[in-house]
Amino acid sequence: MGSAQALPVNVEGAETPVMHKAVGKRAISSLLSLFGLVILVFFLSRLTGDPAALFLPVDASEAMRQNFRELHGLNDPVHIQFVHYLGDLVRGDFGDSLRKARPALDVVLEAFVWTLQLAVITMTLVTVAAIVVGSITAFRVGSAFDRFASMLSLVGASAPDFWIAIVAIVLFSVNLGWVPTSGTGTVWHWVLPISVLFIRPFGLILQVVRGSMLSALGSAYVKTARAKGVKNRPIIFVHTLRNAMLPVITVIGDQAAALLNGAVVVETIFGFPGVGKLMIDSILQRDFNVILAAIMVTALAIFLMNLLIDLAYALLDPRIRT
Amino acid sequence: MADHLLEVRGLSVRFHTAQGVVNAVNDVSWHLDRGETLAILGESGSGKSVSSSAIMNLIDCPPGEIASGEILFEGKDLLRMSPEERRRLNGKRIAMIFQDPLSHLNPVYTVGWQIAETLTAHGRPGDEAFARARDLVSRVGIPNPDAAMKKFPHQFSGGQRQRLMIAMALGLKPDILIADEPTTALDVTVQAEILTLLEELQAETGMGLVLITHDLGVVAEAADRAVVMEGGRIVESGTPHDLYHNARHPYTRKLIAAAPGRGDMRRPEEGAEPILSCRGLTKAYGAFTALDAISFDLMRGETLAVVGESGSGKSTAAKLILRLEEATAGEALWHGEDLLSMTPKEMAKARRQIQMVFQDPTQSLNPRMSVFQIVSEPWVIHPGVVEKRRWRERVAELLEQVGLKAEHAQRYPHQFSGGQRQRIAIARALALEPELIICDEAVSALDVSIQAQVIALLGKLRDELGIAFMFIAHDLPVVRDFADRVLVMKGGQIVEQGPVRRIFEDPREGYTQRLLAAGLDPDPEVQRQRREARLKLSA
Repeated sequence: MGSAQALPVNVEGAETPVMHKAVGKRAISSLLSLFGLVILVFFLSRLTGDPAALFLPVDASEAMRQNFRELHGLNDPVHIQFVHYLGDLVRGDFGDSLRKARPALDVVLEAFVWTLQLAVITMTLVTVAAIVVGSITAFRVGSAFDRFASMLSLVGASAPDFWIAIVAIVLFSVNLGWVPTSGTGTVWHWVLPISVLFIRPFGLILQVVRGSMLSALGSAYVKTARAKGVKNRPIIFVHTLRNAMLPVITVIGDQAAALLNGAVVVETIFGFPGVGKLMIDSILQRDFNVILAAIMVTALAIFLMNLLIDLAYALLDPRIRT
Repeated sequence: MADHLLEVRGLSVRFHTAQGVVNAVNDVSWHLDRGETLAILGESGSGKSVSSSAIMNLIDCPPGEIASGEILFEGKDLLRMSPEERRRLNGKRIAMIFQDPLSHLNPVYTVGWQIAETLTAHGRPGDEAFARARDLVSRVGIPNPDAAMKKFPHQFSGGQRQRLMIAMALGLKPDILIADEPTTALDVTVQAEILTLLEELQAETGMGLVLITHDLGVVAEAADRAVVMEGGRIVESGTPHDLYHNARHPYTRKLIAAAPGRGDMRRPEEGAEPILSCRGLTKAYGAFTALDAISFDLMRGETLAVVGESGSGKSTAAKLILRLEEATAGEALWHGEDLLSMTPKEMAKARRQIQMVFQDPTQSLNPRMSVFQIVSEPWVIHPGVVEKRRWRERVAELLEQVGLKAEHAQRYPHQFSGGQRQRIAIARALALEPELIICDEAVSALDVSIQAQVIALLGKLRDELGIAFMFIAHDLPVVRDFADRVLVMKGGQIVEQGPVRRIFEDPREGYTQRLLAAGLDPDPEVQRQRREARLKLSA
């Protein structure tokens, strides 16, 4: 009897020449926009002022300042600095961090690993929870569970994360003492940041899953499946879910991109050494090379993630492949 | 009384909606025997599909409610069975196919998988199911069945998709097949093929067939018996012959009278001057040629019907003339001036004289605009046609001209029926007092009786205002009643053109002959002859 569920589902042909061409096109346009971004950030960040004023003591002499600028190539006209920067970039050199006196790329990658872990864990939890809860609400539409989950998701989707973060610290760390307030080190350090980051995407994606499942359950092919005598469970998890996933994947991508960018507020509040906190610190201290490297690394990560989203689309929907 | 295979007794179904309780069917009774074809005939809203949905347990309760009645399958009442017992019957003993197979097939699974699922859902092992699915795909006439099994629904044509639906329904050799408008959106030649296939399969398996349709022609072609439904009730039943010749109920008589294709054919006027002359009109999309150098003339005040099946290029021609798409080559002379090389300013002027009415008035009317705004909008775009202070008066006149009322101007499209909406679209087209109206399948989506009214309206406008029509249609009987001249298209080319009488009585090209033979006539006797002609042509 179990053979109905065990029927192999055809996903072959996901990598067609059409797909290769689409990926190539996407890569070129992404590269162009990244280049535009680098230009913009390079010049804008230099408008914020002189790093020498921040890095040297207040009573440093003009000669020392001059020396500092000379050393870091900040004395040249801005367009010459840009040409030098691009030249180095081509050789894979992102320059050094002023703050840490180490290659900027190393500093960024260290922080990015933290952010990536945070993003992957959070999004995995969010996706699984939102799909399961969302599917149930759609199938039991109008039930107490549906109304409760829908209300909760609306609250979650609209609650400001900085407020939740601070309240959570006060409640769970300061008053109850269950988890540490900030930093890293133990598993417990992860609990609050993940929980706070979980809430908004969970609320949003749950809403999308519910709506998308509802419309898929009302679709004509579900009627056909009923007329064929297919059982409820395969109707929901085989016929409906795969169709309903298409809009959901788009939202998952958007939310994951926001996390990969570094959850600036949450990372700062929890003192989490991710790329969001690194960027804020670097901007405040005019550490130009780190800002640029961080932007390029996160941009590349988001590009790769979008590619994964496209691939998931093609895998789920044969109409996109041909 | 001997048991029937399936018997619906005194069935009443109502739906609880925001507007109150709707009685979808009221005390409906019919029966079906083995090997028999029963047609349920009705227009939209007649409740013709409701009893079959009740049979298949497809009515969601709520909002639906089965108020009374029983449905006996082999003497046992389906309505007293548990959902699981009914699921076991669905697909195995009683199967169903639907109109619009594209949306009724799951887009993300291969057709082979979906056909096999009928068997696996009822406990057959996967490999047996796939083997049977392959045989079925081959049986319903899909070329290259092994490759077809691995394809997805969107990779087939409309007719092939319906064949695949049939294969899916017949996987377990059901005793009953319910076909809900199985040929409605299909081309005439494809429609004939699908009905023939159903008939062959019925002869092979001895199943009972319930054919839900709005088309008297389908009844004449395929049914042994028919019931006629109106407003949720069965008003009459009998053999197609009896119903056609001895209809007792006024509604049945009205349906038969509304069926197009039996009026006098028109004779085009001699020596009329052409207002539109197309020469070598061509449209290519990359390597694909949608329209291949067609040439034709349209005379002042005449109706030129452009008929052809989907993909024949008939709508493309209209789009090129109105410059909704740019032609690849050729010219379209409007009073001697080429529309295709006009500047935007000149084109705006020409557009005033050429108006268009589309197939689906639900989509071609902006739902957020009132009827007054819709009909008067052309005057905003073309100032100077009607003075602003006369707009209300003129809109009222136009609405009355198309058979609506002046006070309808304040309402919105959703407050009207499909036929009334198409009248609004015609009023909008008339607002600029055009010389030519291009109707792209303008009556195809309407019920037969509404269709007859809209055609009568267009005929009246033609006679009173001298408007010429380019009438794009796939429905030959309508064309026969309305057109002066006919242009038959296939694969982007003109197959044949001539006066309507010549085309219908003496078609010279094989394709035109096949097209005419594939059309269904509401008179069972005429239809029998036509069927013989069709089989002879395809042999």
